[in-house]
Amino acid sequence: MTVLQLIFLLTAATTLASGMMVVASPNLVHAALWLIMALAGVTVFFVLLEAGFLAVVQVAVYIGAIAILIIFAVMLTRHVAADSQSQVTRGWWLAALASLLLFGGLLAMLTQIPTLTAGAPVLPGNPDDIVRDLGQSLVSLDQYVLPFETASVLLLAALIGAIVIALPPKAAGAEGGEP
Amino acid sequence: MIPLSWYLIFAAALFCIGLYGALARRNSVAIIMGIELMLNAVNINLVAFWRYITPGILAGQVFAIIVFAVAASEAAVGLALIISIYRQRSTVIAEDIDLMKW
Repeated sequence: MTVLQLIFLLTAATTLASGMMVVASPNLVHAALWLIMALAGVTVFFVLLEAGFLAVVQVAVYIGAIAILIIFAVMLTRHVAADSQSQVTRGWWLAALASLLLFGGLLAMLTQIPTLTAGAPVLPGNPDDIVRDLGQSLVSLDQYVLPFETASVLLLAALIGAIVIALPPKAAGAEGGEP
Repeated sequence: MIPLSWYLIFAAALFCIGLYGALARRNSVAIIMGIELMLNAVNINLVAFWRYITPGILAGQVFAIIVFAVAASEAAVGLALIISIYRQRSTVIAEDIDLMKW
């Protein structure tokens, strides 16, 4: 067992345990904090896979923005979230059964493919060039500029949509001018 | 040396945990947390396939970046919807939000 394998197993165990706590914790603030732990574990996997840029984006976007947004939403709806009612639906065992069946099926499928046991190939070229190549491929006309610009339009639409949806009803009527 | 199957099995486990969270939790914010876990598992799969199968082509990483953008949009719009519903109906429990249920 090499050091990398040890790091992988430790991180996997931590991340999966944090994920379990996210879906099992009755206190939503705690669940959000466990979610940050799970997202940080995923960051370690990006580093192990030598995708440095994605690791930075994971910290900035997921931990920095989405997790904080979720904590804001939990705080704003707090007294409902903290009630003593059950946190899971009546058919939670059906959900657990479906998840376990899916995992069992995926596990059975993945263990039957023999080529998956090979190690990672050596990265072509200098590893430091990957970020530069990635940035150039995102704005290069014959590569991924179209999906990149579509994603930026989607983000703009989501920004405007989120503001419009979250406006108080009175303010929406006053500013939109709609009857 | 870490085999590719380890990453895939880990991602499958994380995806199934997120799926359980999205299906079984009553609170809408908790459902969004489950969806975020699922999107993270998908991203690990994409980057692992890039690293092990096509390290010379950056499509896997670009795909992961697009998934990041979609996840950010989804979280922003989803949480705005939850805030709006909470303001009008004073609940975030998914079972009680049945206005459009047939």
